Amino acid sequence: MVSPILELTNINKSFGHVHANKNINLTINKGTIHGIIGENGAGKSTLMSIVFGLYQANSGTIKVNGKKINLRSPKDSIINGIGMVHQHFMLVENFTVLENIILGFEGELVFGKNLEKAKKDLKDLCDTYKLNIDLNSTISDLSVGFRQRVEILKSLYRGAEILILDEPTGVLTPQEVDELFKILRSLKAEGKTIVLITHKLIEIMDLTSEVSVMRQGEMVGHTKTENTNKEQLAEMMVGRSVLLRLDKSEVKAGEVLFSVKNLTVKDDLDVTRVKNVDLEIRSGEILGLAGVTGNGQTELLEALSGIRKVESGEIYLEGKKVSDSQNFLDPRELKDKGLAHVPEDRQRMGLVTDFKAYENLIFGYHDQQPFSKSSVLNHRDIISHSKKIMEEYDVRPQSPNLITSNFSGGNQQKIILSRELNENPKVLLVGQPTRGVDIGAIEFIHQRLIDMRDRGAAILLVSVELDEVLSLSDRIVVMFDGKIVGEKDNKNVTDRELGLLMAGVV
Amino acid sequence: MEFLSDIASLINSTLRISTPLVFAAMAGIFAERSGVIDFSLEGKMLMAAFVAAVGSYFLGNPWLGLLLAIIACVSLSMLHGFASVTYKGDQVVSCVAINILIIGLTTALAAAWFGQAGLTPTLNEDQRFLEVNLPFAESLRDVPIIGTIYSDILSGHYIFVYLAYLSVPLVFWVVFKTSFGLRLRAVGENPSAVDTAGINVFAMRYKALAINGVLIAFAGAHLSTAVNANFFREMSAGRGYLALAAMIFGKWHPKTALVACLLFGFTDALQIRLQGVELPAIGEIPVQLIQAIPYVLTVVLLAGFVGKAIAPNAIGQPYIKER
Repeated sequence: MVSPILELTNINKSFGHVHANKNINLTINKGTIHGIIGENGAGKSTLMSIVFGLYQANSGTIKVNGKKINLRSPKDSIINGIGMVHQHFMLVENFTVLENIILGFEGELVFGKNLEKAKKDLKDLCDTYKLNIDLNSTISDLSVGFRQRVEILKSLYRGAEILILDEPTGVLTPQEVDELFKILRSLKAEGKTIVLITHKLIEIMDLTSEVSVMRQGEMVGHTKTENTNKEQLAEMMVGRSVLLRLDKSEVKAGEVLFSVKNLTVKDDLDVTRVKNVDLEIRSGEILGLAGVTGNGQTELLEALSGIRKVESGEIYLEGKKVSDSQNFLDPRELKDKGLAHVPEDRQRMGLVTDFKAYENLIFGYHDQQPFSKSSVLNHRDIISHSKKIMEEYDVRPQSPNLITSNFSGGNQQKIILSRELNENPKVLLVGQPTRGVDIGAIEFIHQRLIDMRDRGAAILLVSVELDEVLSLSDRIVVMFDGKIVGEKDNKNVTDRELGLLMAGVV
Repeated sequence: MEFLSDIASLINSTLRISTPLVFAAMAGIFAERSGVIDFSLEGKMLMAAFVAAVGSYFLGNPWLGLLLAIIACVSLSMLHGFASVTYKGDQVVSCVAINILIIGLTTALAAAWFGQAGLTPTLNEDQRFLEVNLPFAESLRDVPIIGTIYSDILSGHYIFVYLAYLSVPLVFWVVFKTSFGLRLRAVGENPSAVDTAGINVFAMRYKALAINGVLIAFAGAHLSTAVNANFFREMSAGRGYLALAAMIFGKWHPKTALVACLLFGFTDALQIRLQGVELPAIGEIPVQLIQAIPYVLTVVLLAGFVGKAIAPNAIGQPYIKER
């Protein structure tokens, strides 16, 4: 009854010195939803890129329906009925939906009759799976959720029987996730096989019937989903037991340390991205700012940290005005007054990735004692400080002389966090603290943020991960289209309610 | 009546002067729509002019000269592809290298073969392209208006002039109405999307560069075997760069690029016409000032009006499959 549709045997893949996949064996049964779970960098995406023909394995065999196949390019995979929805969509933004879908499968040299047939076939597919896509709309006009549907439709049109989805929910609102899951279930009902790559345990428990776990390039376990639970899976992923729930004391909010009145901010293209925003953050509390990417959070954070000019409105630090449209303090002056900033894009704004770890660990504080004396850096003190702080924040490997880009995402984030927290700031602005960070490091980073709060700092947490906002924040505000559309106390709010606010429905 | 014939001759020159620009701009569209910057239009045009003149001189047939020019330009395009597509080098650096190479190579070869640095022997009538008189051009000449348009403006051009303007709708059709064009545009916007559709990104870029080589060869041959009867040193005189500017001003679109080429051609025709002319109250304008018009216009247009021109998204970036 259950027959394997995809069998991988002893797959190996290296990128230079990095052994991304080690002797991977995997069997996926026809008509199932099979989850592949693992931390960032565990090798899940690499493995699936091999199955899709994008990368070539160094060794190993791949069988589809019992027949050994040779995958040299995505073309071979498509012919064998394998489709993939990538984490970053493979769409041409200024093309229409139709153009994107027929790309490579146009049928004839000149567009003609076949285009009409393609339209008809696509309409039928849309109806079968209730995809509800207008074939003539341009990709750049579509929301992320719809773009993902276009990707699914594209794979189906190209004849996919096995559909691989790489972290499909990372950019979706809870409502969009529901819609996606509905589509995936209906695909399964029609006999399609789905491979779901994710690092979110809840999705595995919700959707899959079988699950395989990867860790550091190896396959560490296969099981039926009904025979396992989140705690067990998390332990397999990380290799040790993990605290999934945060220990957090009751909030003891004090005086207002940081406030924003009627703030409006424009982006580089002169578009107003933050519209009349008011915020207040008290000592000893974490204010979570939720929202779908691109609703003004980035510009807000930049304005608050002094990187971006304020169009109108005021920003107050400890009751004193620090910025308005006329006078504003730059990031350095704000830092001196006790405001620290962990930027959203750590590689672009938080670090100089080509610098050594110790240089990044003191950047911004490099001209202070004891790191420098009369403009000359004091390397001995810097190195010893770096060693100490790397140990305290569990940065691995613990080598201050290593180039920063060689650290994993989680360790890079710890470098920034240790630098910013080391000065005991009164106000902390954090953007996407755990984006691309593995579970073990997430636990550590979250605990540090809670410690800061308990020591009386006022923290603004901007994150697109709703789970993170929910588990850390004491109060939550939701941003949509540049405006604060709702404020909730963390005690009585559900992710449903927040999702509706994030989608701008309420 | 003299005013009318002035206008006619101005338009006639505009069409002729714009011809190499149109070929080069169309060539540029193919390369850049595929995501490969082509600064080397200038060098390739110069190479084509040299090879066409030399080939025609030795073989006695301008068509064979053109064929050799095509082979030479396609080879240069492949060299550019080899450096910047296969080996992912910097595309601008590769182009600059080609341009410098060709300036030196053509001068040196001319010196070695003909004893004159950067000059090839004058071609006789059999060795070059002649002006084409359209049918009935003579008999229609005296018909008012139609005669002026047909006989004075449209007739009597070199074959390349007609080919250039015919190439524009052809390029439009290929780029926007064929599956090749769809893939071409996609590969310049998001090569990953093309790769995951099972199409070879590198092969697409090489194909685009091959077409680019063919088109630019026509521009060079036009210069040395049609409007002139020999090759001389640096005879492309910045037309490759001007065409590139026209292409950008035309937003990588054949129709608007054509308009830009005609605009540049017109200012050049105008400056030739204005030389030595006494303007009332001002007197004679210094010739240097007039000659600067097309270049000043280029700078003004590019700096002032091109602000919103959006280049193909992936332009200038080598496609790297595995991180």
